[in-house]
Amino acid sequence: MTSRTLRVDLLARVEGEGGLSVRVRDGAVTDVKLKIFEPPRFFEALLRGRDHREAPDITARICGICPVAYQMSAVHAMEDAFGVTVDGPLRALRRLIYCGEWIESHALHVYLLHAPDFLGYPDAIRMAKDHPAVVQRGLRLKKAGNALIRLLGGREVHPINVRVGGFYRTPAKAALQELADELAWARDAAREAVRWAASLPCPELEQPYLFVALRHPDEYPFNEGRLVSSGGLDIGVREYDGHFTEEHVGYSNALHAVLDGGQAYCVGPLARYALNGDRLSPVAREAARDAGLGPVCRNPFRSIVVRSVEILQACDEAVRLIERYERPEPPAVAVPVRPGIGYACTEAPRGILYHRYRIDEQGTILDAKIVPPTSQNQKTIENDLRQFVPGHLDLPAGELRRRCEQIVRNYDPCLSCSTHLLTLELDRA
Amino acid sequence: MSGPAVLVVGVGNPLRGDDGAGRAVARLVRARAIPAVDVIEQDGDAASLVDAWRQAGAVILVDALQSGAEPGSIRRFEVSHRPLPGRMFGPSTHAFGLFDAVELARALNQLPPVLIVYGIEGQSFAMGGGLSARIQAAVPELAARVADEALALRAPAS
Repeated sequence: MTSRTLRVDLLARVEGEGGLSVRVRDGAVTDVKLKIFEPPRFFEALLRGRDHREAPDITARICGICPVAYQMSAVHAMEDAFGVTVDGPLRALRRLIYCGEWIESHALHVYLLHAPDFLGYPDAIRMAKDHPAVVQRGLRLKKAGNALIRLLGGREVHPINVRVGGFYRTPAKAALQELADELAWARDAAREAVRWAASLPCPELEQPYLFVALRHPDEYPFNEGRLVSSGGLDIGVREYDGHFTEEHVGYSNALHAVLDGGQAYCVGPLARYALNGDRLSPVAREAARDAGLGPVCRNPFRSIVVRSVEILQACDEAVRLIERYERPEPPAVAVPVRPGIGYACTEAPRGILYHRYRIDEQGTILDAKIVPPTSQNQKTIENDLRQFVPGHLDLPAGELRRRCEQIVRNYDPCLSCSTHLLTLELDRA
Repeated sequence: MSGPAVLVVGVGNPLRGDDGAGRAVARLVRARAIPAVDVIEQDGDAASLVDAWRQAGAVILVDALQSGAEPGSIRRFEVSHRPLPGRMFGPSTHAFGLFDAVELARALNQLPPVLIVYGIEGQSFAMGGGLSARIQAAVPELAARVADEALALRAPAS
């Protein structure tokens, strides 16, 4: 019997800390474990007893890369509990800050974390020496996204201007207009970047994913929509807990999420694209078609192309939102407090982010539930590894390990969020 | 050059214990209001760092160190022509931090003419605010050294 274990003790180029072990016996993968070490962060417990107005700022602290997603899911859940709808220009402004987060988060991942895998570099620094223009473009795109978050959120990291009901302060039209030229550049650069991403050498892998994403009647989803799947699920967000459950696994600090009785499912760019490709703006749709993506992409390595299409979508949307912007007055709608339970899902860069809060008559949080996208993708990442490794056991150990890490990075896993973090262990000897 | 003569950047996450030391130093330097010396604070994201120092003549970065040395001890690195000795800065959960910022800028020929990194050895990087006593005690001394160096860099002997 031959057996080997591939082990990556501390995964690089992912957000947070985690590891991966893959055990192979006689050419078959017998065990795959994605291990998340970063200690559970007990945010849900921390929220109990706090005022509902504090939730967006407390939960934004869960992640330095996608704080806007946490704020958006928190404010929408509170508004759901209180029966408040935020519409019109305030809603548009929320979409705009979300565009900023998608642009900065996706650009960081595509250019600085993921592209080195495809071009054969150990990191972006060595890639930058040979591909300076690519890295410069990534940095400038990221900066354009950060500029939106800084303007609308008050600062780049852990923005502080988002509140239940709207914003504390809305920007003057002229202030937003100052970003218009850079975002127009970003849209053009992002269009070119989709071509570049599509030209990257890409390993073959097709997976029978069960995709889950939000779907909105006429928008590519950010803030709202019904929860739909490629398997026919079509539910309101309030029905989430009846279909999605979280399981504890002994080797990881992050809970594993499953759908309807144990099915692994996939959230994030591939899922959004498969379920909402018809909602892309014309320029993004055309770029996806030119890139040869087809209506559904089941190759996880090509997520870098889909992520690039989504950067284009977010830049295009940001340009339009800025053009049409009229400063909303007042900056937030009134929020009458009442006891109840509020639910929300929004599309974080990595996939759906679910929040649920139970609130008492004073507006105090009695309990909270937060399900981040990375914990929902854990089983799917493990399945990709189980599928990929047996056909590639002839690769030298270092190369196989690199490919396994690339598979994990296909999901841009945000391990600090999902311990509510990675290392590769490939056991084949 | 349109930026400041000297830019001091305090780097770190004040909610991770001693990782906030670099920013505490920056605030003391800022309080001295030295003309032509700008002081900013950043969380350590590489792309933002590279962007922040683009316009400056000389840059001094201050960050917490995790090298196993005596807590509160101070080290100085001149990195314009030589890389940092290793990834010993901060417990950032960012996959891309201060070390990467410096080397990425070097690869892209975007290093400022002078780039100095001061490190202060931290003791605890646990979640939560506040510096530990030995680090707190070392902050004023490091701030004085950074301010002196900024002054010297501001008016180079011609």
